[in-house]
Amino acid sequence: MATRYSLFSLARHALTGKPWPRAWRAREPKGSYDVVIIGGGGHGLATAYYLAANHGITNVAVLERGYLGSGNVGRNTTLVRSNYLLDGNTQFFEHSLKLWEGLSHQLNYNVMLSQRGQIVLAHGPSQLDVLARKGNIMMLNGIAAELLDRDAVMRLLPYLDYSRDSRFPIYGGLLQRRAGTVRHDAVAWGYARAADRLGVDIIEHCEVTGFVREQGRVTGVETSRGRISAGRTAISVAGHTSQLAALAGLRVPVESHLLQAFVTEPIKPFVDHVISFGAELFYISQSDKGGLVFGGHIDGFNSYTQRGQFPKVQTVAECAVALIPSISRLRLLRHWAGIQDMTPDGSPFVGRTPIDNLYLNGGWCYQGFKATPAAGWCLAHTIAHDDEHPLVRHLGLDRFQRGNGHDEYGLGNWTYKQ
Amino acid sequence: MLRINCPHCGVRDYTEFRYAGDASKPRPAHASTDVAAWHAYVFLFDNPKGDHEEYWQHVLGCRAWLVLERNTATNGVGHARLARPAP
Repeated sequence: MATRYSLFSLARHALTGKPWPRAWRAREPKGSYDVVIIGGGGHGLATAYYLAANHGITNVAVLERGYLGSGNVGRNTTLVRSNYLLDGNTQFFEHSLKLWEGLSHQLNYNVMLSQRGQIVLAHGPSQLDVLARKGNIMMLNGIAAELLDRDAVMRLLPYLDYSRDSRFPIYGGLLQRRAGTVRHDAVAWGYARAADRLGVDIIEHCEVTGFVREQGRVTGVETSRGRISAGRTAISVAGHTSQLAALAGLRVPVESHLLQAFVTEPIKPFVDHVISFGAELFYISQSDKGGLVFGGHIDGFNSYTQRGQFPKVQTVAECAVALIPSISRLRLLRHWAGIQDMTPDGSPFVGRTPIDNLYLNGGWCYQGFKATPAAGWCLAHTIAHDDEHPLVRHLGLDRFQRGNGHDEYGLGNWTYKQ
Repeated sequence: MLRINCPHCGVRDYTEFRYAGDASKPRPAHASTDVAAWHAYVFLFDNPKGDHEEYWQHVLGCRAWLVLERNTATNGVGHARLARPAP
């Protein structure tokens, strides 16, 4: 069992020079669990942790096909925020942000939350009106937001392009000071360690190959390491939701697309906030190591390759230089792609499925990382009570059939346009 | 760079085209009132990891709509045909 991390344990290890024990145990799968969670990403690990911590359900296994942190939890741009427009999103992501704010203490693991503030830019008066409306919606929900005029943006972000001939002049922006970044690997490791300490089995290199069904309901999973019985089973495999759902005989409103992220060579502290360009989907921040981390739209067509297309590299680099001309000569250190579930309304699915004892968490589009604590919190509640948590009631698999799509950006039912 | 062999224009970079979704789903009859069938047509996807038939429009070329065979696990591009066959 891993020791509790503290100043005292840090000093003791420094003085004795003994290696740190494993953060979580390597487990062989048992034959049976109360709950099996498929997918050892941030969401699956958070679900296991909250099942144990909030609901006292500790006979839980998390099955991960690769190693922990190898999927989207380690591929995102690490942003957290709660500046949303639609009822449902606002409350859900604010719950998530509040959990982020207490997470390092809750998990006894430093996830390095940095509330540096996020600024969304407006490049025209009408766009600034939309941001004002969004800020008002946030404040009506008790979430602090500040509308910035052009001068205020200039004071905070003096390095943007404010020239008279700029293609996308800056009229102002909306600031959420509590938004920021989190070290994403630490989220996977912290949840894994905390869940392990509560008795959860984390089983890496264990691929689910099928579901065991009895009288229609799911009673376990077939895996590359044998059959495992489960009272309840949850799918939490962002990117491969369709494959797992198909093993259970379900077709879901999900297409898999590639989202790329980029990091430049490290430079001195320069970008102190998270900045979202308003003229294209583009967002940038600076990592603790000094690299500028940024991303844009999905590549545009469905793919499972985890390899980004070069034309998108160019588009995103053009956005970066349009926003901050002074970085034009920085070299890109790396770019990579994650497989992202895209849904017809840009919103995820969290809840029960038409199959008894089978639960689903997927379809996160661009929002998966910032949602990690709340998604785990709400899915754990849903599994424990066999009933959706109030914060995710609007995220049911059947919402399109009922005409209740939840389209934050008003884009219509196109997965690849969300 | 993915290259698509447009029946009208020849082999071109994929950036001249725009992806437009799964082409394998049969559209319900226009007068159909079967809500489940429309729901499946509009909202559900097989989303295979492998061979996929999909619509692309040659927006920066002849503007024709094509059906392209592509492998989503490798991005290997196959045959492209006109979405609407000649009369």
